[in-house]
Amino acid sequence: MYSRAYKLAVAIPPLLWVTLFLLVPYALLLSYSFWTVSSGTIMRQWNLENYRDLGRNWMYLQVLFRSMKIAGAVTMLALVLGYPLAYYLSFHAGARKDLLYQLVIVPLWVSYLVRGYAWKTILGSDGVLNGFLQYLHLVREPVGFFLYSPFAVVLVLTHIYTPFTLLPIYASLEHIPRHLVEASQDLGASPRVTFWRVIFPLSLPGLLAGATFAFVLTLGDFLAPLLVGGASGIMISNIVVSLFGAAFDWPLGAAISVCIMLLVLGMLFAVERTEKKWTFT
Amino acid sequence: MSIQNRDTHLTQPQEAPKAPEKAAAGEPLLQIRSVAKSFGPRTVLRDVSLDVAPGEFLTILGESGSGKTTLLRLIAGFERPDTGEIWMGGERLDRLPPHRRQVNTVFQHYALFPHLSVFENVAYGLRAQGVAKAEIAQRVEQALAMVKMSAYAGAAPSKLSGGQQQRVALARALVNRPLLLLLDEPLSALDANLRRQMQWELKMLQREVGITFLFVTHDQDEAMALSDRIALLRAGELEQIAAPREIYNRPSTAYTAQFVGQTNLLRAEVVDGVARWGAFSWPCEGRPGPATFSLRPEHIRLVSPADPDDQQTVRFLATIGQQTFCGDTDLIEISCADGRVLQVRTPSRRILEGQCAFAFSASDAVRLHDAEES
Repeated sequence: MYSRAYKLAVAIPPLLWVTLFLLVPYALLLSYSFWTVSSGTIMRQWNLENYRDLGRNWMYLQVLFRSMKIAGAVTMLALVLGYPLAYYLSFHAGARKDLLYQLVIVPLWVSYLVRGYAWKTILGSDGVLNGFLQYLHLVREPVGFFLYSPFAVVLVLTHIYTPFTLLPIYASLEHIPRHLVEASQDLGASPRVTFWRVIFPLSLPGLLAGATFAFVLTLGDFLAPLLVGGASGIMISNIVVSLFGAAFDWPLGAAISVCIMLLVLGMLFAVERTEKKWTFT
Repeated sequence: MSIQNRDTHLTQPQEAPKAPEKAAAGEPLLQIRSVAKSFGPRTVLRDVSLDVAPGEFLTILGESGSGKTTLLRLIAGFERPDTGEIWMGGERLDRLPPHRRQVNTVFQHYALFPHLSVFENVAYGLRAQGVAKAEIAQRVEQALAMVKMSAYAGAAPSKLSGGQQQRVALARALVNRPLLLLLDEPLSALDANLRRQMQWELKMLQREVGITFLFVTHDQDEAMALSDRIALLRAGELEQIAAPREIYNRPSTAYTAQFVGQTNLLRAEVVDGVARWGAFSWPCEGRPGPATFSLRPEHIRLVSPADPDDQQTVRFLATIGQQTFCGDTDLIEISCADGRVLQVRTPSRRILEGQCAFAFSASDAVRLHDAEES
């Protein structure tokens, strides 16, 4: 149908793009993780020291574990907040559906940094929340743990990633043929039974996709811990950032990155398989 | 008098009172009382009243947009009537949510649950009602056997053909032993041969289980083949409700006559007990004035000029026009001397040419009611 030359001409730009900006950086990253740094210069000597370091130094594992805990908490919260809203939007919003949908989308237009700083002014010692609590005389002293804590990181990341969780859930709910819901009611199932036996099982692929978004995006996040995390809210990406920056230990940073990448890839693989099992046509 | 003529005289007086008798005997299972429904500015149903007898196979026939599916959805509970009431077995139905109604539906596109096996689809209603496990297994087996789908109990619905999905949908509805089964154009997605077979099976099944069927279709042949009675719906109003033979042989309006089968509409004038339509005239009792008659194409027959004449037979000469071969019959367009065109259906034999002699019996020209109104 199309000539070879034409196919080649069409295929080359994207291939070039993927090679230059994805494959080459990944290959570099992988290489760096097997090199070493000595007195401020990177030595291209192949070794496994970086990975051994990761195994030996509990700090890294601890932070990785905390990052996963934070990612898990954000995922749960995003699902708990996002699913009911998506369900309401899809099944009960009626004429308000479009407006409410826009309201969910609008926060995505606001810069991440702006939203992060907004939370700072809300959660800080003389922030909006503490002022309000003191005004109500619920607390005498400003509450300190609102800001610069894992709690703050979870809160901010939940706020930022809930729309990402909601959208795939909403899409999967919208895809459920409404006559299946009617068939369930027709067969004598109450609305509650209909939800748990028809709607929820058929929305699982969307739920899984939403959960994956929240988890993966949170796991790789470094801005929220930087803005509101404090010392106790540090996450694994912050360590990577500092290793590549101030510490100038690119090989160790690369090794951590490779580990996170493998973790995420493994998870995506598992998710894809599960999603296939839960998808019915 | 011809044989055909005597036939209609013999059958009609017998069959005509049958349907009202059936509806009158005992309490009706379902009563629809003056139901109306609008969606925004669009009125879909206006003042529909209808009684359905227990064990009856009633078909709601109508073109798309006539409101037939909406009527079904009102009975199932997916929509609420704006005005009017629906009663079933002494209980007000239209205020109950769908899951509290002893009504089950076979949906147009089957609506089988894609994430459940055939067995679980059929068991769904029984589980929802909290039927004991052992009984569920037994009843599902029974229902699947009834529709010859036992071998597919473990299969996913997506692995089944259209006809098989149709059977599962039937089993899923019937296993609950509803008082009333609603069928929303359940055969429209099947191809012609399978469709005829399923029609037959459906009819047999209905006799076997004795459940009242309310069947919606736009296909008049299907309606006539299956039903005890046909309710013809036109733009949200009931046009006529009668047994298939009666609705075909004695249509009350021009719309019915044209929708149920083909017909010739003769806009005649009745004067002194004689109906006149151009050069045609035949005896007609009843009110004088303009009147529309329906004359089925198969009631006009080819005759030889030597045939004996009588008062009840209208004879005429006409020129053969377009002749369409339909397999068992031919449909011929003929032009009479004054240019009037009639459709004639004859058994297929040969191609006709030139002028031929035709005749019809006065009793086959059925006087319609709507001409008198206008």
